[in-house]
Amino acid sequence: MTTLDFFHDETFRDDFTYWNSPEAIRRFPFPFNEDKYMYSVNLEPHVAFKPGSVFEKSFDVDEHYVSEMRDRALVLQEDPLRCQSLPHMNMAGWDLLELIMTKKAAEYPEWFELHQDGDRWRWVNRPLDIDHTFTFLDNTTLPYGPMEYIMRQTQGDYAILDQRDNNLWMDAGMITTQADWSLDFDLGMNFMEWHGPVPLAHEMGIFDRALKFLLNVRQGQPARRLNWTMTVNPRLDTSPERYAKWGTDRMEVNADNVGQLMHLRVELQSFWRLPRSNALIFPIRCYLISLQDLATIPKWGRRFHRVIRDLPDELADYKGLTITRPYVIEYMSQFDDGTPTSPGIFADEE
Amino acid sequence: MITKSADKTPKIEVEVTHIQQVSDIIKRFTFTPVDGAPLPVFGGGAHIVVEMLDGEILRRNPYSLVSKPGSTENYQISVRRDDAGRGGSLYMHNTLNVGDRLLVSHPVNLFHIDRRARKHLLIAGGIGITPFLAMMAELEDESANFELHLSARTDGAFLDELRGLYGSKGSFYRDDHNEVIPLNEILTGQPLGTHVYVCGPTGMLEWVLRTAEEAGWPSQNVHYERFLAPPTGLPYEVNLATSAITVKVGGHQSMLEAIEAAGVDAPYLCRGGACGQCETRVVSYDGELLHNDHFLTEEEHASGTKIMPCVSRFQGRELVLER
Repeated sequence: MTTLDFFHDETFRDDFTYWNSPEAIRRFPFPFNEDKYMYSVNLEPHVAFKPGSVFEKSFDVDEHYVSEMRDRALVLQEDPLRCQSLPHMNMAGWDLLELIMTKKAAEYPEWFELHQDGDRWRWVNRPLDIDHTFTFLDNTTLPYGPMEYIMRQTQGDYAILDQRDNNLWMDAGMITTQADWSLDFDLGMNFMEWHGPVPLAHEMGIFDRALKFLLNVRQGQPARRLNWTMTVNPRLDTSPERYAKWGTDRMEVNADNVGQLMHLRVELQSFWRLPRSNALIFPIRCYLISLQDLATIPKWGRRFHRVIRDLPDELADYKGLTITRPYVIEYMSQFDDGTPTSPGIFADEE
Repeated sequence: MITKSADKTPKIEVEVTHIQQVSDIIKRFTFTPVDGAPLPVFGGGAHIVVEMLDGEILRRNPYSLVSKPGSTENYQISVRRDDAGRGGSLYMHNTLNVGDRLLVSHPVNLFHIDRRARKHLLIAGGIGITPFLAMMAELEDESANFELHLSARTDGAFLDELRGLYGSKGSFYRDDHNEVIPLNEILTGQPLGTHVYVCGPTGMLEWVLRTAEEAGWPSQNVHYERFLAPPTGLPYEVNLATSAITVKVGGHQSMLEAIEAAGVDAPYLCRGGACGQCETRVVSYDGELLHNDHFLTEEEHASGTKIMPCVSRFQGRELVLER
């Protein structure tokens, strides 16, 4: 695990050479803890849990890291507005840089090093071949703003939320691997505004409860939850800005290729209070797995068939399954022998 | 002394490494982590909750951090001795010694700098200066535009220190010289984009909030910190329906402290009636709810369905809470 050979050389566009190793499949964050799905706030403390799982480290680094960062750079080259930070969020950017550097250096010492001598910091990122000395809190010593700098070295999208007037405001972020939402559109909106399009959940009072929880997330006590959707092809950048590039992909899905083309897309979302700015960060880390790989875990094959088969129609539409759902159900049914599944999200021990 | 409690929030064990007499009634305490690890970073305006076992009562009092933001070797707080209070500050002043160990919480910031501001106007009364000490260090570091107005009883040590540090950015008003903050003039003479921050005794705080509102300040530009010390009163009992126990609340104890002492985990952040985290549903009561918080609305107070046990009390025959 410690050598740089661990990292894949793969693509998330065009020829889609993305692939999951058997280890990556076993540690995939399967999001369903029972044979059915409905919204829930489902938050838990983000504490180290189950060695080897994606819940073990503060900010998981996996075999896709290097290629994912290359894909991010391509997205930013085409569309710089995927990374934005309103002027008052600069301190939050430094907070974020400090949090990620200190956690990664402590949790992945073989890949990352941070040497702090007062404000003079030296950051070593071996997988990306970076060795850089800069002055903490001095923007002129970095090639990008502090948020962009660290986000070009961190898997997952990050929304940086300012907290004021008893609400959260999306005032900064790096969003290049999103499930069809736009930072450029949501920038400056508050929590209720940017969740406006989500069906059913407002009526259920979910956002009122979630906001109350988030406003009280404390420093040193991060929280996490899983969310999911489905994507055709292992494409990270399914943004509204690039809809023309991926919107028609679903028309290619048929009974023969569904297991290969359709991917379960799981977001490991976490919530952290930053110390200086008091901002809340919301990392949205995307994991992709093809249905054929998912079905190699018998429990997941059975359960996923039941979840998709019994999903309420509004949710199926919101998850982008309107056209492809019949193929998914038919394909997954071959892995469902009707036997009961064990509780919890993890694969059964072999 | 380390005490057991039902509180699940992570705590840091610290040792008192220095106590400085700042004025006749104010002491500054320095806490150093026992394990030698760096303390969590904090921002100006943050507080920590200090746990102390005062006789039979486990107290958890919030104090603003007054050390320099970004420093992780130690935390400093300043405590004003309140001879008429419930005893927390007397414990800190009279019982706590260098070498003693305590548990403190991670920093919590309910009074942070609003970095949208083009100028920061800080108004403090007495010990209300404490959150501003760290804030000003931070603003100074960021080369931000700020201005302090501090009114104090006499010419205490804080004033000397502040004059030395911030010179012309500070204006100081002494009660013993009958000097009063020229509030109207200050609040009406600020450039657009100024934010005002207030911390001090209730009377002063309300004066500033009222004057700012009358002068047309948008509420989003007005920030304040108002932690109440939990008031004392007559002892009473409270029934906790979910836990199925009855808890006695002493005259110098808050309801929250009594609930915690009974081994029931109850949420909290500010412990001063401001943040809303400890809001608890009242199942039924026969008597009078003595609301002391600033969080619930007047309608909510009148409805008799909610209470903030960190500062509010009860008087009467029976009180049943959903806890």
